[in-house]
Amino acid sequence: MSLGILGRKLGMTQIFDEEGRAIPVTVVEAGPCSVTQVKSEATDGYTAVQLGFGTAREKVLTRPEVGHCKKAGLEAPVRHLREFRLPDSSQYTPGQQITVDLFAAGQLVDVVGTSIGKGFAGGQKRHHFGRGPMAHGSKNHRAPGSIGAGTTPGRVFPGKRMPGRMGNERVTVRKLTVVRVIPERNVILIQGGLPGVEDGLLMISPAKSVGRAKG
Amino acid sequence: MNAQEIIRSIEAEQMKTQLPVLHIGDTVKVNVRIREGGKERIQAFEGTIISMARAGINRTVTVRRIFQGIGVERVFLVHSPRIESMTVTRLGKVRRAKLYYLRDRIGKATRVKQKITRRAN
Repeated sequence: MSLGILGRKLGMTQIFDEEGRAIPVTVVEAGPCSVTQVKSEATDGYTAVQLGFGTAREKVLTRPEVGHCKKAGLEAPVRHLREFRLPDSSQYTPGQQITVDLFAAGQLVDVVGTSIGKGFAGGQKRHHFGRGPMAHGSKNHRAPGSIGAGTTPGRVFPGKRMPGRMGNERVTVRKLTVVRVIPERNVILIQGGLPGVEDGLLMISPAKSVGRAKG
Repeated sequence: MNAQEIIRSIEAEQMKTQLPVLHIGDTVKVNVRIREGGKERIQAFEGTIISMARAGINRTVTVRRIFQGIGVERVFLVHSPRIESMTVTRLGKVRRAKLYYLRDRIGKATRVKQKITRRAN
């Protein structure tokens, strides 16, 4: 994984490309982030860079959090702290600024966010189960149906898909195209939808190639 | 700036400023840029506006015309750069926001009454 940036989802719109096609984009206010801690093999056992994003009043943070920001030499305490694991973190120093200049139009990025919470959801919504007939005397409308065999095995197998809490979990959307970067406003436009509510925190990093390299 | 202001300012860069005032029932001539085999030409599509939808940069108009006896409807993104220009050729006088009833009519019944008084344009 390479160093990314933290951002705030602002909302969606569409813009036209040079051929006149309407491209749906999500507008993200990304950065400027400051490096709050550099983790190294010697002190932490792994290498990573911790970034801080947004501002918060000292009152809303715990004293350790305020102290952590002070130690990094920041003028204002930050709201969010997130870590990016890197193969080598030695080129970064605490207090360093990371801006959207990290990205360029046309680049592929991975975006991590927290999906919108759906509350307690049934099988149809949560696992795309089919439903029963809605009429003709049927009372089996949205029921889950059978959840397993009878006396043998005499239990429900672990992991059986059932109703329950849905959403509000970490979601990664991979290989999205950066449509435009506006450095003077710290804004980045990414093609397509991104997880989470508007105003939600996002982690944007250059697309990670998974698996064996081609060729 | 809050989120909506930032989004609007991004949209504003691409919005057209010299658009004619469009109303439901008006007859418009839409000049569309069409790319054929590497060359670009302009094709006109003239018909009645039967629907307008959305706002801002997403605004669309549905234009209906009868072509060779067959009703043809096209939905145009008003702010798209593919729309070279739009001109209102006839003002319509209608009492509905959506003229979907025209789809069920044929021949002379598809005409929309002309508005005689000139609108402030």
